[in-house]
Amino acid sequence: MAHIITRRGALGIGAGALAAATAGGAAAQRGIQAASAEMPRLPIESGAALRVIRPTRFVEPDEVIFRENTAKFAQATGVQVRVDFVGWEDIRAQTAVTSNTGTGPDVVIGWGDDPHVYADKLVEVSDVAEYLGRKYGGWMFLGEKYGKRARTNNWISIPFGGSVGPVTYRMSAVKEAGFDAIPEDHANFLRLCQALKRNNKPAGFALGNAVGDGNGTANWLTWSHGGFLVDEDGKVAVNSKETIEALGYLRELYPTFAPGTLSWLDPSNNRAYASQECWLTPNGVSLYFAMKNDPATKAIADDTNHAPLPRGRAHGIPQAATVLNGMVFRHTRFPNAAKQYIAFMMEAEQYDRWLTGCLGYWSHPLKAYSDSAVWDSDPKLKVFREGMNHPFWSGYKAPITQASGTVAAEYIMVQMYASVASGQATPEAAAREAERRARRYFR
Amino acid sequence: MSVTTASAWVQARPRPNWLVRLFDWKPFLVFMCMLPAAGLLLVFLTYPLGLGIWLAFTDTTIGRSGQWVGLENFEYLMEDPLFWSAVFYSVFYTAVATVGKFGLGLWLALLLNNHLPFKSLLRAIILLPWIVPTVLSAIAFWWLYDPQFSIISYLLVDKLGLLDGYVDFLGSAWAARFSLIAANIWRGIPFVAISLLAGLQTISPSLYEAALIDGSTAWQRFRFITFPMLLPILAIVMTFSIIFTFTDFQLVYAITRGGPVNSTHLLATLAFQRGIPGGQLGEGAAIAVSMIPFLVFATLFSYFALARRKWQQGEGND
Repeated sequence: MAHIITRRGALGIGAGALAAATAGGAAAQRGIQAASAEMPRLPIESGAALRVIRPTRFVEPDEVIFRENTAKFAQATGVQVRVDFVGWEDIRAQTAVTSNTGTGPDVVIGWGDDPHVYADKLVEVSDVAEYLGRKYGGWMFLGEKYGKRARTNNWISIPFGGSVGPVTYRMSAVKEAGFDAIPEDHANFLRLCQALKRNNKPAGFALGNAVGDGNGTANWLTWSHGGFLVDEDGKVAVNSKETIEALGYLRELYPTFAPGTLSWLDPSNNRAYASQECWLTPNGVSLYFAMKNDPATKAIADDTNHAPLPRGRAHGIPQAATVLNGMVFRHTRFPNAAKQYIAFMMEAEQYDRWLTGCLGYWSHPLKAYSDSAVWDSDPKLKVFREGMNHPFWSGYKAPITQASGTVAAEYIMVQMYASVASGQATPEAAAREAERRARRYFR
Repeated sequence: MSVTTASAWVQARPRPNWLVRLFDWKPFLVFMCMLPAAGLLLVFLTYPLGLGIWLAFTDTTIGRSGQWVGLENFEYLMEDPLFWSAVFYSVFYTAVATVGKFGLGLWLALLLNNHLPFKSLLRAIILLPWIVPTVLSAIAFWWLYDPQFSIISYLLVDKLGLLDGYVDFLGSAWAARFSLIAANIWRGIPFVAISLLAGLQTISPSLYEAALIDGSTAWQRFRFITFPMLLPILAIVMTFSIIFTFTDFQLVYAITRGGPVNSTHLLATLAFQRGIPGGQLGEGAAIAVSMIPFLVFATLFSYFALARRKWQQGEGND
């Protein structure tokens, strides 16, 4: 799920997506079912102007269409909106400064956890969220999870979308290993990986200090075995029978991986996959499009497909999404204009175009957008349609707090698995150590 | 008549106004002249350092101002194996890299001190690793050490057939530790070599001539002339080098992020990881503050152990 893709790849995706967006412009809103719902009365303050920050684009249309939609809002309402695109790693710090100092952008479209960290400084947006929910078939699971303040029905933010990284695999290699699809249970998935290794076409899951991919591997292993980091009350519960089973499972799975996964950072699996050193790895859709638009790797893309991560014993697909979450800060002088802006951007005329332009990188949080043309534009995008319906989130099962972000940044779960894979620790010792470290932040 | 004129002249001398007198007053003038420099130091050095030390005693996180918690952060660090492994690796990294840099750097300086064709050009080339921004060279090393795309592995396995499988430079603890040290040495050699070369060129050739007349061997000339004469500059260069190495961040952060399983965390990378991406500003500051005693010790060691005049001039300690 690395977001660093090659320049050539990015240009390729950009060009392709632009073409798709213009060609599909007319058909873009095909079939988005909007129920009748009345937009809450939010008179725009006179002289309103807004400043918005959001993370930088990953494909060109992401920014182009976002800006166009913003310009449309300015035209319709007369509210001038300035959108700044901020680096993926910087926006969290900027959100923190905005919140602490009470100045800066009126609207931050930032990362999923942040509204929950700064909940007290945000304008409640229940009116807009409930309106959107009524109009567009309701919110998907992660939409509600990330939008509502924990244990309440009050919305503190409006999720814009989420990015997931399902299993990206080579169909020919999986067939050669004797499987028609990616198995959903652990035993068969292990057999698949062993067969891939025998055929010298190994799988690879990042186990290095990679914020996105490493934590993704760790969460998948834990959740698919029924384990979790913290319970509903925020008590650390990682040292469990289930986690130890997951660690034991990795001990068998790890030898089937491509060499060097212990030092893989976020871009490593993309490179290994594109150069045919690795034939099955979890990744976002960006990799597929980068390869599809580059003549040198088009053959790999044609042979590539996506499948949900094996769910094992989990009650749903055991993977969290990277959520883009819009929030309005209390210090804004124009809260109504800010809410109107967010609602406008989520309306089908704007949102569906944007979603389509992003080629499935962002999965939608509102159910009606499951009918968006983008999900049928390529059958290989099917799994991304349900991205926001995964019943797991970072820091599952506890309410979303800053602590889960710290655990991810500290690689506590990744290192629990890496230490067992490398033989440095027994599963029992690794789970105990992870528990000790996690307790520090959930207290 | 002349008397009258003289007294009139004395009285005509205007009494300087208060501003001029103020600026003629030496203590004030000294204060004013030092103010810009002192202001810069206070704002950009003392304040951040003081703030860092203050943060180390609070439980500040990003987005929430903290409360004074006394030594709580340090108490936690004392029993945190991860912190101690970072201390160990920081010391180990600094020690091995410094020995490597000074061994190879001194050797290179001695070679460059000879009369060689294209002497200036060679010296300029030597400086290249030092000039290249660290992050760029770190990324280059990251590729060199990549488990799939390492050119070293490619040469050894695919071209020369010396090994069966690719080298896993960063996949296990000790391999990763030494790989990072090698990258640091590569980067540090030019600084040492060029500084020592400057030192070598200040040694008077007459000393060597005298030694030659006395029938000295090359080793004796190095041991009793070159080395003692070089010690003062060696002490300075070593102090700088130890400080730079101990506080290194970019190489480790770009290549391993402290992995695999935290075996290559330096105090600086750990402090950053806890403080900024992890959001625990107080704890990150505590780790950063805990580097200060090591740095003070290293500085004192270089000064007192290496800069003793006895070594240089054969006199007593004074």
